[in-house]
Amino acid sequence: MSGTFTAMPGAAPLHRQVLAQARMEARLMIRNGEQLLLAVVIPVIVLIGGVTGSEHLGISLEHDPIDVFAPGVLALAIMSTAFTSLAIATGFERRYGVIKRLGASPLPRSGLLMGKVGALLLVEAMQVAVIAAVAFALGWDPSTDVVGFLLAVVTGTAAFASLGLFLSGVLRAEATLAAANLVYLLLLAGGAVVLPISAYGAFGDVVRWLPSGALGSAMRAALIDGATSWRDLGVLVLWAGVGTTLTARTFKWE
Amino acid sequence: MPDASPADAAVAVDGLVMRYGDKVAVDGLSLTVGRGTITAVLGPNGAGKTTTLETCEGYRRPQGGSVRVLGLDPVRDRRALLPRIGVMLQGGGAWSGVRAMEMLDHVARLHAHPLDTAMLAERLGLGDCGRTPYRRLSGGQQQRLGLALALVGRPEIVFVDEPTAGMDPQARRTTWELLEELRADGVTAVLTTHYMDEAERLADHIHIIDRGRLIASGTPLELTRGGTHATIRLVVTRPFPPGSPESLRVALGAGTEVTQLDELSLLVTGPADASTLAKVSRWCEENDVLPEGLTLGQRNLEDVFLQLTGRELAP
Repeated sequence: MSGTFTAMPGAAPLHRQVLAQARMEARLMIRNGEQLLLAVVIPVIVLIGGVTGSEHLGISLEHDPIDVFAPGVLALAIMSTAFTSLAIATGFERRYGVIKRLGASPLPRSGLLMGKVGALLLVEAMQVAVIAAVAFALGWDPSTDVVGFLLAVVTGTAAFASLGLFLSGVLRAEATLAAANLVYLLLLAGGAVVLPISAYGAFGDVVRWLPSGALGSAMRAALIDGATSWRDLGVLVLWAGVGTTLTARTFKWE
Repeated sequence: MPDASPADAAVAVDGLVMRYGDKVAVDGLSLTVGRGTITAVLGPNGAGKTTTLETCEGYRRPQGGSVRVLGLDPVRDRRALLPRIGVMLQGGGAWSGVRAMEMLDHVARLHAHPLDTAMLAERLGLGDCGRTPYRRLSGGQQQRLGLALALVGRPEIVFVDEPTAGMDPQARRTTWELLEELRADGVTAVLTTHYMDEAERLADHIHIIDRGRLIASGTPLELTRGGTHATIRLVVTRPFPPGSPESLRVALGAGTEVTQLDELSLLVTGPADASTLAKVSRWCEENDVLPEGLTLGQRNLEDVFLQLTGRELAP
């Protein structure tokens, strides 16, 4: 007996499931207009605006404006994807029953989480490529510490993704949308992500402990000084620990 | 057809109890589903159908009693069980921006031996809307995609929750034919529905649930007693005098049952012949009851449900 529907169940190998999930989520993230705005358009505008603005206004930085803004904008892009986009996407996945639906598929929860991380890294790679291309066109001349840069990306992603998941787990989808965008704007303005800590004066002692300040500083250390800033990476790891603990205690998949 | 013994049943629910806060959703429910059958769980909204199904699917842990699916515990053995079952949720379950075929292809990739997705989409009439984002699909198209998602992994058993709700008649027929083809290919299907015609037409076995309890179980033929019995609905102009169902039953004699549906209507189940009708009219005369309507009908599942619960099945 072998008809069209004759049972032949089985899960695909986990790595293929995770890859499928990562590609799917990355594709949906890029397709969504608002998410793309957040991921690429706003960072590029901040980069161009920051460089031309500081030239016109004669703001004095220790380095060339492009050399200061490019790493900051890369940090901003990672924050927008790992925190804001992830929180909003996950909030609506819960709302629309996507996570429930996938919960009945062979994809385990751990695979779903790995898929999400994979999607973030795919989108971030695309963001880095676009932003770096624009920065090079504006005369960017980084002195690169590859290890410091990659560690900044990974720990920054871990910190912001865990906080984003926490947010999407405790709020309704609409409230997550509002809160994730608000936090993004507040950190963009006052979180030392694009502008260096030194621009915040006495307030700098506070913002350097924020995940945004730590990610921005780690990026600038890696791409301006060509150094690995272990202190900032440590702050990001701490935030990842806090976010993961909060998420593990509160997050419900459905 | 007798129930399959729990050991080799596709699904065995035993004394299941589920509560939401103070509200008891499932109240000591026991039922079995034979392998390779289409089994319908029939009941009004809020009867506990979805809760029972979601317990079988491993979404909820039984608060009392036990559930076995293909001999496995849906919570403890979740990872082993999930690839072997297909699940159609009552609604939703897809990203709002995902295209119909993209979603189907995605879920197919999570399985080892998925069905050909183009064929499946064609069979379910999704060929024309494959590139349409999920949020722009009609309710019926979303339902059909939900069914496709349940089938694509070639499961041994599919749980489908209200599969044809919101479908047009054509799509309902397509869905029924598909479920019948699944059965022909040896796949077990468990469906919840509150459409009697769906259960009567499709199911090998029907479990009728009300307020979290099993109130009747059998083949459609057994439940409607092969059509040798019929029903008479008696609707009157003024409320029945107290004790009417009992006095009418006495008047009609053995082999009949009388159920009060509301204060103006009674349901008589018994031999559908002229003599019964005559006895009903004589009883009306003797009790000073003025009939407004006296309807003779074949007993169907709706009547079975009415008789068992005194309430309408339809939501």
